[in-house]
Amino acid sequence: MNGNNPYAEVKSNPFAISLAEVPILDYPLFFRLVDAFMAEKGNHCLSYFAYPFHDRLRMVCCIGLDRSHAIRIFSYEWKAGMDRPPDALTARHPAFHGFERELYENHGVPFTGHPWLKPVRYPADRHHQHEMMGGYPFYTIEGEELHEVGVGPIHAGVIEPGYFRFICHGETVFHLEIQLGYQHRGVENALIEQPGILKRSVLAESIAGDTAVGHSLANALLTEALGSKVIGEKLSIEREIALEMERIAVHIGDMAALCNDVAYQLGQVVNEALRTLVINTTQRWCGNRFGKGLIRPCGTRYPLTPAMKNDLLQNLEEVESRFHQITDRIFSMPSVLGRFEAIGKVTEQQALSIGAVGMAARSSGLARDTRWSHPTGSRINNRYEPVVIPSGDVWARARLRKLEVENSIMMIRELARKWEEAGSMNEPCYTFPFQPETLAVSLTEGWRGEICHAAVTGKQGELLRYKVKDPSFHNWTALALAVRNQEISDFPLCNKSYNLSYCGHDL
Amino acid sequence: MILREIPILLRHGRQSIPDLRKAAPPVHFRGRPMISGEITPEETDRLVRLCPVSAIAADPCSIDLGKCVFCRECEFTFPGKIRFTNDYRLATNDPQRLIVRSGQDGPIRLDPERIREVILRTFRHALKLRQVSAGGDNAAEMELNAAGNVNFDMGRFGIEFVASPRHADGIVITGPISANMAAALKICYDAVPEPKVVILAGSDAISGGLFQNGRAIDRWFPSHIKPDLLVPGNPPHPLTFINGVLDMTGHP
Repeated sequence: MNGNNPYAEVKSNPFAISLAEVPILDYPLFFRLVDAFMAEKGNHCLSYFAYPFHDRLRMVCCIGLDRSHAIRIFSYEWKAGMDRPPDALTARHPAFHGFERELYENHGVPFTGHPWLKPVRYPADRHHQHEMMGGYPFYTIEGEELHEVGVGPIHAGVIEPGYFRFICHGETVFHLEIQLGYQHRGVENALIEQPGILKRSVLAESIAGDTAVGHSLANALLTEALGSKVIGEKLSIEREIALEMERIAVHIGDMAALCNDVAYQLGQVVNEALRTLVINTTQRWCGNRFGKGLIRPCGTRYPLTPAMKNDLLQNLEEVESRFHQITDRIFSMPSVLGRFEAIGKVTEQQALSIGAVGMAARSSGLARDTRWSHPTGSRINNRYEPVVIPSGDVWARARLRKLEVENSIMMIRELARKWEEAGSMNEPCYTFPFQPETLAVSLTEGWRGEICHAAVTGKQGELLRYKVKDPSFHNWTALALAVRNQEISDFPLCNKSYNLSYCGHDL
Repeated sequence: MILREIPILLRHGRQSIPDLRKAAPPVHFRGRPMISGEITPEETDRLVRLCPVSAIAADPCSIDLGKCVFCRECEFTFPGKIRFTNDYRLATNDPQRLIVRSGQDGPIRLDPERIREVILRTFRHALKLRQVSAGGDNAAEMELNAAGNVNFDMGRFGIEFVASPRHADGIVITGPISANMAAALKICYDAVPEPKVVILAGSDAISGGLFQNGRAIDRWFPSHIKPDLLVPGNPPHPLTFINGVLDMTGHP
């Protein structure tokens, strides 16, 4: 189907293709092709991972083509001790730094010319077992006038752990390096070793509990693709409603946190109360404030009822009007604007080079949104126009949240109308075989951005690899760039403006 | 320009739940389960195999809420035999009380004998806690934050989270305890002055949950330091957490 192209190309999300359809390249050709593709602005790396194939590693690199809505898959094989170390793509495209570091850390692939080939998260099964959390090789700058500030892994608030090291000149931050891995639970191993579709679905909800719907949806789509299951329109609509509810809730909660960080207490408490209303609506729908249990492969245990749908729309109406009232105030208040504007700026060029996705990309002028580039289900014929704000500062990230909340509410209204006419609903299914020797990939636009789940099956349809990518995997670098040349006291605000996931990164 | 805020305040109104001890259970909340005495060994066997976290055991059929992730799949499989009620009072200080057995239908409460006297004497009117996430998925952390927000407002009882362990009277652990976080957790615990309490919040903290036997998990801490309160949930609801802490500190 791909003719003589040196890659496989697919146009659907999710997709499953036979491994035989993916050409295996030699590394220099792989490098040249990926290098050329990445030079185009609309292309970015969705996932890049390895799976064991006989006595060697087989790499899979998925590049998303945002404009033509396609995904291209490039592959090569590598064997330790036999093949020469591959040249790092990171040297030309910093967006690859995390992926290549991961291949180095998990499998010992010694990329040459990588400027930054250091551990990502110290996983339990890391290739170099002697490397320890305490020995992380931080970047340093020599100079009598410089000092370092270390923060973490436990932070002042009730949040997840991670370690931040700043190199400062007086109050000004020259450089921030973020060491993660404290949250590593072995999610990818568990997804393979603890068998069963139900178990994987429950695990996916815990990849990042604040994105339970986003990740469990990616898992459900992937599972259905691997089992060649087709789902109905009604289920697809309800999933999209759940995904937008999650976005609305977290964005409003973040608005509260941003107000707290700039000492605008009314903005904080009003948004907190609105978030409560949204998550309590999700709780009424499925029994869990985070939507856990709502998304399952092939069906749902909590089909929307007409009464629940009306309840949901009514609550959103209340949220919309009160959110409009408070954000109107927030964005016209000089003391708030003084703290939001021109703080933590990340340019479009920077966002592009680090492969930023989701909110981090859109608030720096880069139109990246899976709902537009790689839509699923009922959105295929009704692409979403992403909100894009060019200024790249805290204000842009706050403003983006406001506009996206408004858009998501409108979107849910539209989905609810389509829901009326959509067909029937199914129960979930946890017992079906997967296609053998298949590569499957699914993408969803969680509230932080692009979530990518990928899996490879073996001869009996057993899972050889399950690769999870949370948008934070790309976007932590954006935070590090945002605080450069800022006052260190602006760090909490910059951090909150991104609100990235530790556990989603550490897996 | 305070005038512009008056209409906002008016619509915001009074958000706090008046009586947290008697708050109505959230609609459809997945709380304490009940198992019918009529469940058969064959049905139980099927559930033992189904449960994604091995919370269900046989002879008699039981669910360990210290492991349960409240997915309700056992209820969907045998709707007449298992029912998750919306009872949110799940916290206790005795792991045995977290095991719900077939035919039983009693509330889950703390064992008064196991509450240390020093806790009742010292922390009844103020309890400052340091939270440590050790592999928590951020849902539990968000619910703990919510326990102090305008809706739940546990600050009214003098309970709040503080930044430094040296200002704290105890720690609240979330997550299955990742090996990479084990050392930092111990350092934080050691920094809290005596007397101090330890609370495990969420099924993954209590038992390891979904990661019970994972290689990336280190359960040294809970196996060596006896917790004063176990708060089940995935994540624990703020009402579950607050009522558990109030029970532990001897509030009426």
